[in-house]
Amino acid sequence: MDQINQLLKLLENAESIEIDDFRMDFEELEINLAPAIARTIQQTVAKQEDMKKSMEKTLLKAGEFKLPIKEYSGNIAQVQLGDKSRKPVYLGGQTALYRFEEPQPNPPVVTFDVFDIPMPGLPRPIREHFSDVMDSPGEWAKKAVKDYGANMVTVHLIGTGPKVMDKSPREGAQAIEEVLQAVDVPLAIGGSGDPAKDPLVLEAAAEAAEGERCLLASASMELDYHKIAKAAVDYGHAVLSWAITDLNMQKSLNRYLMKDGLKKEDIVMDPTTCALGYGIEFSIDVITRTRLSGLKGDPELQMPMSSGTTNAWGSREAWMKKDEWGPTDYRGPLWEIFTGLTLMLNGVDIFMMLHPDSVRILREIGETFTKNYLSEPCPEIENWITELE
Amino acid sequence: MVKVTAMDVYKLLPQTNCEKCGEASCMAFATKLSEKEVDLSLCTELSDEKFKKLDDLLAPAVKEIIIGKNDKSCIIGGDEVLYRYEESYYNQTIIAIDVPDDLDQSDFDDRVKKIENIGFERTGEVLTLDAIALRNKSQNPEKFAKCAKKLKSSKYPVFLLTFDTLAMEAALKEIGDERPLIYAACEDNIYEMGNLAIKYQCPITVSSPNDLEKMKDMVFTLKSLGVEDIVMDPGTLAGEAIGDTLDNFVMSRRLAIEEKDENFRYPILGIPTLVRLNNEDDEIKKSIMEATLASTLINKYADIIILKGTEIWELIPILTLRQSVYTDPRRPQSVDPGIYEFGEVDKHSPVILTTNFSLTFYTVEGDLKSGNATCYLLVLDTVGRAVDVAIAGGQFDGKAVADLIKDTGIENNINTRKMVIPGLAAPLSGEIEDETGWNVMVGPRDSSAAAEFIAEKF
Repeated sequence: MDQINQLLKLLENAESIEIDDFRMDFEELEINLAPAIARTIQQTVAKQEDMKKSMEKTLLKAGEFKLPIKEYSGNIAQVQLGDKSRKPVYLGGQTALYRFEEPQPNPPVVTFDVFDIPMPGLPRPIREHFSDVMDSPGEWAKKAVKDYGANMVTVHLIGTGPKVMDKSPREGAQAIEEVLQAVDVPLAIGGSGDPAKDPLVLEAAAEAAEGERCLLASASMELDYHKIAKAAVDYGHAVLSWAITDLNMQKSLNRYLMKDGLKKEDIVMDPTTCALGYGIEFSIDVITRTRLSGLKGDPELQMPMSSGTTNAWGSREAWMKKDEWGPTDYRGPLWEIFTGLTLMLNGVDIFMMLHPDSVRILREIGETFTKNYLSEPCPEIENWITELE
Repeated sequence: MVKVTAMDVYKLLPQTNCEKCGEASCMAFATKLSEKEVDLSLCTELSDEKFKKLDDLLAPAVKEIIIGKNDKSCIIGGDEVLYRYEESYYNQTIIAIDVPDDLDQSDFDDRVKKIENIGFERTGEVLTLDAIALRNKSQNPEKFAKCAKKLKSSKYPVFLLTFDTLAMEAALKEIGDERPLIYAACEDNIYEMGNLAIKYQCPITVSSPNDLEKMKDMVFTLKSLGVEDIVMDPGTLAGEAIGDTLDNFVMSRRLAIEEKDENFRYPILGIPTLVRLNNEDDEIKKSIMEATLASTLINKYADIIILKGTEIWELIPILTLRQSVYTDPRRPQSVDPGIYEFGEVDKHSPVILTTNFSLTFYTVEGDLKSGNATCYLLVLDTVGRAVDVAIAGGQFDGKAVADLIKDTGIENNINTRKMVIPGLAAPLSGEIEDETGWNVMVGPRDSSAAAEFIAEKF
C-alpha cells in the first residue's frame, strides 16, 4: 500500500500516465480510483470544457478594418503673426479635416483680450484677475503673458469710440506702442467698432507697429476696408476679414482684400461667433462649410479662422447673478469654454478670450490637434465601473 | 452618403396612385417618404419583399434605437449626415446620470429624485435629463438587482452598468421587461451578454476602448448571435488622450455615414464622467472638465452621454449646447412678427421694439412678464435673426421699423409716439427717428433690465 501511495503522490502533479509493455489478465476487474486521481480527471475535463468555451468566445472576424481617411484637393494657408521683435505664432496650415488623417502643423492659438481703457463693465470673474492692471494696457498685457501664459494679446482700442472717450487715432497708436514695449508676443489690434473711425485708428496703429506683423481687426463690408488693407500692405501686417455668418459675403470680402494686394497668407477670417445659446449653431454651420470649402479647393476660403469667443460673456447665463443657476464663477468660464471649444472642434484656429481658466482648457485640448492618432498613453479605464467613486 | 431621392423610392412603390395612403399619387407619397414625413406602413399594397427593400432603402445611416418602453423611453440614433448644415441631426443626445448601487437607501432615493427634478427653461422649452445609469459599483449582484427593482418606479429609463453577467442577469430578472440599456459587452463576456440581450430583448452596448478594429468584430459577433439593437462605446479617454476619443467618435460616425460600414451603423455612447477616475482635483475642477468633455462629445456625434455631476451650473451649458446643436437648420427659429401686449395696456402704454428671433423674443417676453411690465412689444421680422446680427445683415434698419409701425397699425392703439429700442440697436436710433417720426429711447443691452427701465424712464 505504501508503494501505491508513493505512486499516487507522484501522480498528483502528472497530467497523464503512459505505460509501456503492460499486460494484465483477469476474470473480473473493479477499479477504485483514489481521490487524487479522480480530482485529476475532473480537472482535465474542466480544462477541456474551458478550452471549448474559450474557442466559442473568440470574436468573429468582420473583415478588414481601414481608417476612413479622405483625400483633400486643397489646403489651408499658414499665416504668421508676429515678426521683428515678436516671438511669432503660426495659424492654419491644415491639409486635412481631422488629425487621424493628418495632424495639423500648428495648434490653435488663444489670445487674451486687453483694452486701452479700464473696463468696469467686464464681468466680475474677469475683473478679479485683472483689476490691478486695468489702468495700463501695457501692464494688463504683461500680466496676461507672464501670469497666464498668453502667446498673443489682442488690444481693443475701445477708447477711440466717439461715444466712449473719443480718443484720437494717435492716442490709440500710443496704447499700441505701450503694449509693444511691455510684451514680446504678437498683437491683434482692434478698433472700437465705429465703422467711420476704425479704419483711421487701425491705420495709425499699423504705422506705429511697422514690421511687427500684427493682425488688424477687422476689415468688413460696412467700412473702408481698402484703407485697412493698404495699411497692412504698407506696414507689414495681416488683416482679419469679418463677415456676418455668411459664406458668400466672406468670399467677396476676401476677394476684394486680395485685389488690394493681400495674399492668402495675410488674411484670417472671422465668420462671426454667436455665443452658446445665442445662435452658436449658425456659427457651427458657417465654420464647417468654410473649412470644407477651403479643403475642397476654394481659394477664397483657404485662410485660417478666428473667433471672438469673448462674446460668450454677453450671454446672461454667463454673467447674471441668479441663485437658481449657481455661481457665475463657474457658469461664466464654462460658457466661454463651450463657445470656444465648439468652434475649435469645427475648424477655428485663433480665439480671442478673457478668462484664464477658459484659456487654459482650450489650449490643452487644442494641443492634441497636432498629435498623431494613438500616440498618447491610453488611460486605464477597463475597471471604471467598480473604481469610479 | 448619397441621399435617397423620391425617384428611388417611387420605383419600388406600386405606382397605382390608389390614394389609400392619403396622398394623391405614389409620387407624392414617395416624396414624403424620402423627406421622412410619412410612415411606409401607410402603403398597404406592398409585397413583403418590396416592403423590406423600401424599408432598407429608407433606413437611416445610423440605426434608431429605443431605450425603455412606452412613456418611459427615449430614442437615439437616426442620423443621416456628418454635418448639421447638410440636413439636420436627429434624436438629441441622451443625458444619463450615474447612480452607484452602493449608496445607502436614503442617498439613493435622494439622488434619483434630484435627477428627475432637474429642469431648465429655455426658449419656451423645459430642458431635462433623460435616463438613470445604475452602476454595479458594489460588485454584488443582489445589491445591483435590488437597486434595479427600485428604479421600476423612476420617471426615466434605466441603463444597467456592469461587466459581470451574473449581476446583469439578476438585474434583468427585475426590470428586463422595461427594456433597459445593457452596458456592456466586452471581449470576455460578449457571448453571455449577447444572449442576455436576446433573452430579455434589450438594447446592448459594446465596449471597445480605443480599438475600433475590435469594435467592428464585436458588433459583427453580436449581430451573428441575432442581436439587433446595438450601441457602441469606443472609449472616453480624458486628459491628453482626448484627441484619440475624438478621433474614435468621428471615425465611427464617418464609417457609418460615408463608408456605409454595416458594423458601425449604430449610435455612439460617451462617458464624460470618466474624467473623474483617478483624478485628485477638487470637485469644481472635475465638474468643469466633465462638462468640457460632454460638450466635445455632443459636438462630435455622441448619442448618449453619462455624467455624474448634477450641479445646475454644470448642466445648464450642457443642456443649452444640446438644444442648439439639435435645432433643425431647415426651420427658421422665429416667431410671428407684430404687436404683443403685456398687462392691461392703454393709449399711453410704453412701446418696446425687438426682433422675431425666437430666443430673443422668448427672453424679452420672459423678462417683461417676470418684471410685471405693462407695455406693447413690437416684434420686427428679421427672418429669425438676433438684434446685432440683423443690424449687420441689413434686416433691422430705420426703414424696416417704419414699415412695421405701418403694417401693425400701432399708431391707432396709442397716443404717444415714443419707443424703446434694444441697447444693441443704439447706432440705429437716429435713423429710426428719421424714418418713423417717433422719439427713440435706447434701452438696456440686456432685456433683464427692460421692465425696470420702462417703469423708471418711459
